[in-house]
Amino acid sequence: MSTTDTKLVPLEDALTRYQPVMGLEIHVELNTASKMFCGCSTAFGAEPNTQICPVCLGLPGALPVVNAKAVESAIRMGLALNCEIAEWCRFARKNYFYPDMPKNFQTSQYDEPIAFDGWTDVTVPSEDGGEGETFRIQIERAHMEEDTGKSLHVGGSTGRIHGADYSLLDYNRAGIPLIEIVTRTIEVPGDKAPAVARAFVNQVRDLMVALGVSDARMDQGSMRADVNLSLKPLGSDQLGTRSETKNVNSFRSVERAVRYEISRHAGILDAGGSILQETRHFHESDGTTSAGRPKSDADDYRYFPEPDLAPVAPSREWVEELRGTLPEPPSERRKRLQSEWGFSDLDMRDTVGAGALDLVVETVAAGASPQVAKKWWLGELARTANEQGTDVSALAITPAQVAQIQGLIDAGRINDKLARQVFEGVLAGEGEPEAVVASRGLEVVSDDGALGEAVDRAIANDPDAAQKIRDGKQAAAGALIGFVMKEMRGQADAGRVRELILEKLS
Amino acid sequence: MSDLTRSTAADLAAALAEGSVTSVEVTQQHLDRIAAVDGEIHAYLHVDAEGALAAAADVDRRRDAGESLHHLAGVPIAVKDVLTTTGLPTTCGSRMLEGWIPPYDATVVSRLKAAGLPILGKTNMDEFAMGSSTEHSAYGPTRNPWDTDRIPGGSGGGSAAAVAAFEAPLAVGTDTGGSIRQPGAVTGTVGVKPTYGGVSRYGLVAMASSLDQAGPVTRTVLDAALLHEVMAGHDPRDSTSLDVPVPPVVEAARRADVSGLRVGVIRELGGEGFQPGVRQRFEESIELLAKAGAEIVEVSCPSFAHGLAAYYLVMPSEVSSNLAKFDAMRYGLRVSPDGVEVPSAEQVMAASRDAGFGDEVKRRIILGTYALSSGYYDAYYGSAQKVRTLIARDFEAAFEQVDVLASPTSPAVAWRLGEKLDDPLAMYAQDIATIPANLAGVPGISLPIGLSEGLPVGLQFLAPAMADDRLYNAGAAVERLVAERDGSPFAALAPELEAAR
Repeated sequence: MSTTDTKLVPLEDALTRYQPVMGLEIHVELNTASKMFCGCSTAFGAEPNTQICPVCLGLPGALPVVNAKAVESAIRMGLALNCEIAEWCRFARKNYFYPDMPKNFQTSQYDEPIAFDGWTDVTVPSEDGGEGETFRIQIERAHMEEDTGKSLHVGGSTGRIHGADYSLLDYNRAGIPLIEIVTRTIEVPGDKAPAVARAFVNQVRDLMVALGVSDARMDQGSMRADVNLSLKPLGSDQLGTRSETKNVNSFRSVERAVRYEISRHAGILDAGGSILQETRHFHESDGTTSAGRPKSDADDYRYFPEPDLAPVAPSREWVEELRGTLPEPPSERRKRLQSEWGFSDLDMRDTVGAGALDLVVETVAAGASPQVAKKWWLGELARTANEQGTDVSALAITPAQVAQIQGLIDAGRINDKLARQVFEGVLAGEGEPEAVVASRGLEVVSDDGALGEAVDRAIANDPDAAQKIRDGKQAAAGALIGFVMKEMRGQADAGRVRELILEKLS
Repeated sequence: MSDLTRSTAADLAAALAEGSVTSVEVTQQHLDRIAAVDGEIHAYLHVDAEGALAAAADVDRRRDAGESLHHLAGVPIAVKDVLTTTGLPTTCGSRMLEGWIPPYDATVVSRLKAAGLPILGKTNMDEFAMGSSTEHSAYGPTRNPWDTDRIPGGSGGGSAAAVAAFEAPLAVGTDTGGSIRQPGAVTGTVGVKPTYGGVSRYGLVAMASSLDQAGPVTRTVLDAALLHEVMAGHDPRDSTSLDVPVPPVVEAARRADVSGLRVGVIRELGGEGFQPGVRQRFEESIELLAKAGAEIVEVSCPSFAHGLAAYYLVMPSEVSSNLAKFDAMRYGLRVSPDGVEVPSAEQVMAASRDAGFGDEVKRRIILGTYALSSGYYDAYYGSAQKVRTLIARDFEAAFEQVDVLASPTSPAVAWRLGEKLDDPLAMYAQDIATIPANLAGVPGISLPIGLSEGLPVGLQFLAPAMADDRLYNAGAAVERLVAERDGSPFAALAPELEAAR
């Protein structure tokens, strides 16, 4: 049944009859300097096919050698997810044909993953803004593998191979180390399922970043989530057929994909149809999914132990040593920061939800107060990011620059209004905040001569207000201050203007 | 000037060192010999006269300049076409790689180059090393210099024939189930499969990764030891390469002393299925060993009976995966399917593999794909791995009783071209004695011990892993005893070729 003839059932409605069962698989590219099995660079964005060698191209005769740094990252990741670390494990070959896979097998791990049997707790905010609800996600395994190359299908309208005139292959990505984290089935109250899925992916990203093992940039494809979803009738213990939505690339999309698939499955099941086991593509534009290739249990990858690689046998001493390098778990860190900053639950949740926690941390470290840092990142800068359709963390401004701008405000050299222009200048690449203030001429005018003249004009312009002030109604000063600010294009020191008005009219 | 092509590598090395010949002379004489006789033998797929002479001239220049050189520097060599060579085609005897020139050297090749051995060319082989007769080469068979109507063994028939026909003093072969030792036996040459991991596999186009091992092909045991030393040693680019010192093989070959050596004769290898002439030569050589002071013990390795079956599951399984990379996408042959105007990637892949791979390769890919498939994995691949373990235990038990094991290398002398081509199982059975060493990773040597029906017969010694030196010691002793008995080195018995007369 295709998307077009599927009647979607509203989520709330679907949840009255079905319990969603999810499984999440997250692929994370490690940020090692070199690839999984060779010394090629992993830098992002290089010219196609410039970071390749006989090994990552799988040329005849070339042999892989395991990158020890990648194993280290995998172990640390496994430990952070409370996994057991294998004392001895092997790579396996996953055999299938695809043009962007140089060897036509992927060197991966199959029945012997480096990390297994873990868990992590995620917290989902409650609707009423109270204490959130915590769910434990069981981790089945985290295993190491290599990434494939990339195909670029030229011609045709969809960018997919169908209808393309020809295809280009870029192997720069082939052989970049990946960790695949696979959850056990997640069965949470249906209305929580989309948020739990999102929170888990978010949590994994936070862990990766905290560990320093990956950039975990979903927008750049260095972290991708697959969402497996099936429905079972409420009260039944019969698992439904699942669909696998591949390569979902933002936290929001993970949530939307879960919602959409629940609605879609329910529509098909309500109509007496059956779910096709298949992979599906997620569409950012409208939050829908469409059919990919059919997938059945008969897929046979003919796994067998990779005979070109020696087994990986991390010593217990090494594992314990690595355990000692684990950072504070993100959830505990959040609790600590909240108390250090004196944030309310809502403040904290907004900050985390906006993906701005680390930005605020760094801004505070650069000298700004927590509330002020939050104000800029969740206000002005979040708006800008939204306009640009990007993450706030991807903006061309650093936490240090934000702190500098606040410093200029605190020193009275600019005001909030001018600060917005400084932000605009920094984001436009006009240089450091000081330079933007200088080049745009944004400094607050507190020179009594210029201000005095403007105040005189304001008094002349609004004699009624002036009279009220003379009569002791200081509140009337606002109108005169407004006039002066307008005259001075926002660059007047408002406090000094008030003082001058009061002086002149006393 | 005498015929340098008849010299051993050790003698050539000595003459080069004392300055009585130059590497250019030695190399040129081998090139001349190739030009004269290779039309009859077809040992070579590519001859690199220019490259070999340039390398020879370079060695001569460095020697003149007083540089200290490797002791084999200047002695030319032939390399099986399964090892990658920059600037020289590497085809693996397959249409699939016709004209492919690799951008990198195999570690073995770079070690040969670093030691100053001029590379004469690339030798013929069964396609992707699959076969026991070199008749499965896409470029036509190699012929046995002892009788050109007969096969030279396989898959390394080209390397063995090149050495047997005096077209090279040394050659490199690779041995997955006997592809150095079995051709050695049927062409009267010395072939060694070192301990698995003793010689780097980097740049060796894989047939079956867990079994493949490169090794020397020569006319004397000492020459094999000298070449072994050049090839062996740890390579960080091969994670299965052993990080241990190379055993003292040259010293062992020079020692050649079997007094007190415990030699185990494998009960399961040498009975039914082994030609009477082969058995007879084998028994005579065991008697020679006994007379020279070796202690002869019969040992039993019961699991060897299942070796062939296990091998023909493990090997094709790895083949099916290793050869998947030949898909017409990046290099090698690309063929468009018939009658399809806009073919899909899969159709191009299928058509290219159909056109590029020969029957034997296709047969093994299909076997391996089947053996690894999910419903059959445990029954086939899994069981075969268990047999491997049992064979390794047989070896362990045997080596508690003896220092080396002995058997005939091949059950038969060289057969006629075409004789077993339509009977794969009969062809497979020729490797029955050599396969257990590959399954267990232990080293083996084959050396000539006389003639049967006018054709060479080989003796195989096997030793524990990393005890390669024992093979050279025992092998050199037998070689000397046979030469004393026959009144000449074995190679001197080789008939002159038609073309050279």
